[in-house]
Amino acid sequence: MDWFYIQGILILAGINLLAVLGLSLLTGFTGLFSFGHAGFMAIGAYTTAIMSVKLHLPFIPSLMIGGLIAALVSLLIGKLTLNLKGDYFCIATLGLGEAIRLILDNVQYLGGARGWPGIPLKTTLLNVVIIDIIGIIILVNLIRSKHGRNMIAIREEEMASQIIGINVFRYKMISLMISAIYAGVAGGMLGHYLGFLQPKMFQIVKSTELTIIVIFGGLGSISGSVLGALVLTSLPEMLRTFAQWRLVVYGIAVIFIMISRPQGLMGGHEFSFHAVKKIISSMFYRKKQRGLGGR
Amino acid sequence: MNILEFNNVTKQFGGLTAVGNVDFQVAKDSIFGLIGPNGAGKTTIFNLITGIYHVTEGEILFEGKRINGLQPYQIAQLGITRTFQNIRLFKKLTIYENILTACHENGNYGIFDAILRNGKYKKQERIMHEKTQTLMEIMGLEDRKDIIAANLPYGWQRRLEIARALASNPKLLLLDEPAAGMNPDETLKLMTLIHEIRKQFKVTMIVIEHHMDLIMGVCDKIMVLNFGQKLAEGTAQEIQENKKVIEAYLGEEEMHC
Repeated sequence: MDWFYIQGILILAGINLLAVLGLSLLTGFTGLFSFGHAGFMAIGAYTTAIMSVKLHLPFIPSLMIGGLIAALVSLLIGKLTLNLKGDYFCIATLGLGEAIRLILDNVQYLGGARGWPGIPLKTTLLNVVIIDIIGIIILVNLIRSKHGRNMIAIREEEMASQIIGINVFRYKMISLMISAIYAGVAGGMLGHYLGFLQPKMFQIVKSTELTIIVIFGGLGSISGSVLGALVLTSLPEMLRTFAQWRLVVYGIAVIFIMISRPQGLMGGHEFSFHAVKKIISSMFYRKKQRGLGGR
Repeated sequence: MNILEFNNVTKQFGGLTAVGNVDFQVAKDSIFGLIGPNGAGKTTIFNLITGIYHVTEGEILFEGKRINGLQPYQIAQLGITRTFQNIRLFKKLTIYENILTACHENGNYGIFDAILRNGKYKKQERIMHEKTQTLMEIMGLEDRKDIIAANLPYGWQRRLEIARALASNPKLLLLDEPAAGMNPDETLKLMTLIHEIRKQFKVTMIVIEHHMDLIMGVCDKIMVLNFGQKLAEGTAQEIQENKKVIEAYLGEEEMHC
């Protein structure tokens, strides 16, 4: 395998990871399921492309504007739908994602359903990694603050959160907005990696893929989301040997892992060096004991 | 001085009047008991105070200000908090995290302060952690710090819920059947705890309870509800001697010839 191919997979995994991080905040920590995040990715992708192709802005400012516009749209949608409970919000986001895709299908200025070629290739492995690391740091800091705790409280027990003075609606809104920024930036990077945008790329399949990754990694775990994004994006590539049966094997693999580990890969726990040390030392300890027993 | 006033409050669910024309005042720093048969409207009154239900008619005053129509979180921020009849803890979090989450009112740093981890964030987080630690000690929870809330025995879950309520510095604390499901020994401990809380936190309390020992033992004033109407109000002594109350609980006395 040559480096170019591996690099490509890593970049795609990194882009997916960014979108998944945002969704992890919304689904894993605030407890709101969304099936429309591909819609926010699409908004980010097209806005970033407009900024850099039509208005000739540099890459990073275009990305920021892409994220911001996605956040603005999420604010609008959130205002209307966040009072809905549980499943209803989920269905509303599903409708949103599809609506955004259909609108883009019909905007001829942006290429319509045929797609929009000729977007400058500015996404490199380096800037993907840097943006991912910044994204992870921001998320970790947020989760470990009172704001993150308030979001987790809402996930656990909405009524009790209200009673201890948490403005539930506002925090849901913030969570949705931040996740939309992540998705928007991820979309922008995707467009500038592929050099081509088509509304079809942001179908419901993409949204479900993101949600699957979050659940697969373990709800309420950032390291789980990271691991999930890396594993599930590269898995279909590793299965190339199965040719046309590739996606079937992929599906079976996901089902198998979910059955054997229903709480997700990390199961709500975070990766920490302290925990790793503990596991390793306990393994050593067990080995030693077994060794002694053998003698 | 009265901390809470109900002026002719009515709550209707469709044709059903859950609370009808109820009037009462709760004096500051007192413990107020709310008793009555099942379905009398006691929990509805709590839901009205905390803004979970909206009042159909009348007004509720907290420290002289009208609070009906406010959102539950706004009422909580004014200083009213409660526990629930069916315990509502953050089940998957540890005891420490449960209380720490409720301490959020003790800091006002913004989202950007949190992302940047600046001095303001660090200082206020330290205050919150200290406050959590003190509360754990007062409530006797400190040696169970890292236990997941859902795994606690029932009595301790109730205790944790009270601790969580106290973390948001309330002026008025509403306890909805705090002794439900407790054995006599635990009930006795709860009574000492309520006295302790009153002394340490200077908080006014309203207690709904079916254990008469507890109500008679801790409350300065008691109100009896029946079918959403106020039946009687007074001290423990007065309530025990009230004919109407005895009728509501035990039924009418039969006349023998």
